[in-house]
Amino acid sequence: MTDNATLSNSPIPPTVMTDSPHPEPEPPMSTTLAPSPRPTVSTARTADMAPAKVSTWRVIRSEWIKFWSVRSTSFTLLSAGIATILFGMIFSWATGSGDAAPGPAALLTDPVDLALAGTEITEMMVGILGVLFVAGEYSTGLVRTAFAAAGRRTRVIVSKATVVASTVFAMSAVAVTAAVILGQAVYTGDGITVAATEVLDVTFGTMVYLTGVALMGVALGFILRSTASGIATLLGGVLIGPNLLNLLPDSVTDVFMKYLPSEAGAAMMTQVSDPDLLNTGPAYAVFIAWVVGLLVLADVMVRRRDA
Amino acid sequence: MIEVSNLTKTYGDHVAVDDLSFTVKPGIVTGFLGPNGAGKSTTMRMILGLDAPTSGTATVNGRPLAAHAAPLTSIGFLLDAKALHPTRSAYDHLRALAVTNGIGTDRVEEVLDLVGLGAVAKRRSGGFSLGMGQRLGIAAALLGDPDVVMLDEPVNGLDPEGILWIRHLLQDLAADGRTVFVSSHLMSEMELMAEHFVIIGQGRLIEDISADGLRAMAAGESTLVRAEQLDDLVGHLRADGVQIASNDRATINVAGLDAASIGTIARDAGIALTALVPEQRTLEDVFMSLTADAVEYHGGTHHEQAA
Repeated sequence: MTDNATLSNSPIPPTVMTDSPHPEPEPPMSTTLAPSPRPTVSTARTADMAPAKVSTWRVIRSEWIKFWSVRSTSFTLLSAGIATILFGMIFSWATGSGDAAPGPAALLTDPVDLALAGTEITEMMVGILGVLFVAGEYSTGLVRTAFAAAGRRTRVIVSKATVVASTVFAMSAVAVTAAVILGQAVYTGDGITVAATEVLDVTFGTMVYLTGVALMGVALGFILRSTASGIATLLGGVLIGPNLLNLLPDSVTDVFMKYLPSEAGAAMMTQVSDPDLLNTGPAYAVFIAWVVGLLVLADVMVRRRDA
Repeated sequence: MIEVSNLTKTYGDHVAVDDLSFTVKPGIVTGFLGPNGAGKSTTMRMILGLDAPTSGTATVNGRPLAAHAAPLTSIGFLLDAKALHPTRSAYDHLRALAVTNGIGTDRVEEVLDLVGLGAVAKRRSGGFSLGMGQRLGIAAALLGDPDVVMLDEPVNGLDPEGILWIRHLLQDLAADGRTVFVSSHLMSEMELMAEHFVIIGQGRLIEDISADGLRAMAAGESTLVRAEQLDDLVGHLRADGVQIASNDRATINVAGLDAASIGTIARDAGIALTALVPEQRTLEDVFMSLTADAVEYHGGTHHEQAA
């Protein structure tokens, strides 16, 4: 234990191994940092360890643990849920109370659309959550550990996508349903009845859209490997940027605008017919093609590149 | 066993690893030494299948790592002690890694105790010092009770007690019959730890040599001599193949005669020696001279010539 002498100036006193008559009051994180020079736990092989094998299911469990073991996950999901409900109620109440400027009946007065107005904020939050879950591991280098441990990189992509999709889908099921019910409760506008099937279609479309945006965030995280560029691309390219295209002449935008993910999503999330949007069926096909396309691109790039 | 054969990695014009071949054998600690930028980390990433070689192969127990059913039970590795999510606890970090390869939480607790992080395991790892991060990285490397342990600069950031601890730990792991491969850019860290050295510079193999072989290289070629009648002694020592240099009037350096011969000559001449010191270079000196031509970034103090 001659080395103890050299430790007297250490910020982390080796309280376990010293036989000092005056043990210091334990500062945080100090107590265990001094295993004896000889490991106290044997390094000998544990021969009884079951022959293990990596599987996609095991990697999904790993990513699930990682997803929920950082504080920002539950905070972001809770905020996203609250935003969905709260903004829906504010818009429903404001319009119904007559404070909002009266517009064309078919546009902003659909009670379900109003109740889901908060989605515009929710989509950014879940999209950023998807980017951060992936790109955050690139910034620390943890993704290399994940790739090497999983054997195949596709397993990591599939697992992260599964964890994010299932969580965001469940969160939006709760939040969107609550937003519709509470939005209806505070909506006092006149005489528009809402058919139950319409509510279900719009609710489901919103859940699929939010899940898809989160998955696009995951894909962009893998493709761009940086939180800053991932978030910028998601917000600029997918969510906000398309609005700027409205500045182009209608003859140009009419051709392709409706095929953008945000516009296809808009068609999934309303029952109000809009000549600028796709019909519901094609809108689903286009939106899902975007999400799957980005994930496949991510997989191809991740497998080809050095990690 | 790690086998690297004709491994080459180029980034554009830059050759990071150049036709590198060596074998890391079980049962001993092998030091992987080279100046910064020599290609050590790149080589390790290729062994883990994270970077694709431009040409050549790297295998773990005869197969590429991706071909192993449970990679963590074949090779435990530490690439970067900072590859942690700051708000995730050490326990969750290891639990997520363990589950990918079907390793249970009892083993997680075992390795946490082994590295001395048991009491801080539930705290956020963002508060860890570099040394604690290294211990956590070593815990991760030992999770799968692997045949091969490969650590990139594990001594970095450890205090003297920690360096002593890791030396004993790695020697114990090797004594269990494991392959232990540890990189460093400092010979002083490795010379008490390793029995074999793979020394590279600018991506090329410089020496693949046992510790004894390296010590033989360190044995000096000259002997420092002081004597009462130094000028007389010089006269007696002069012979073919003997070079005598003197830096000051009291000391000479004799090459071409070993210390015993010098002593005998002095005794026969009746001259009392006051100093007879075989020049012994340190392993550090040997390492420095071996890699002097291969240092990527010169400090400019001693090496005025371009690299």
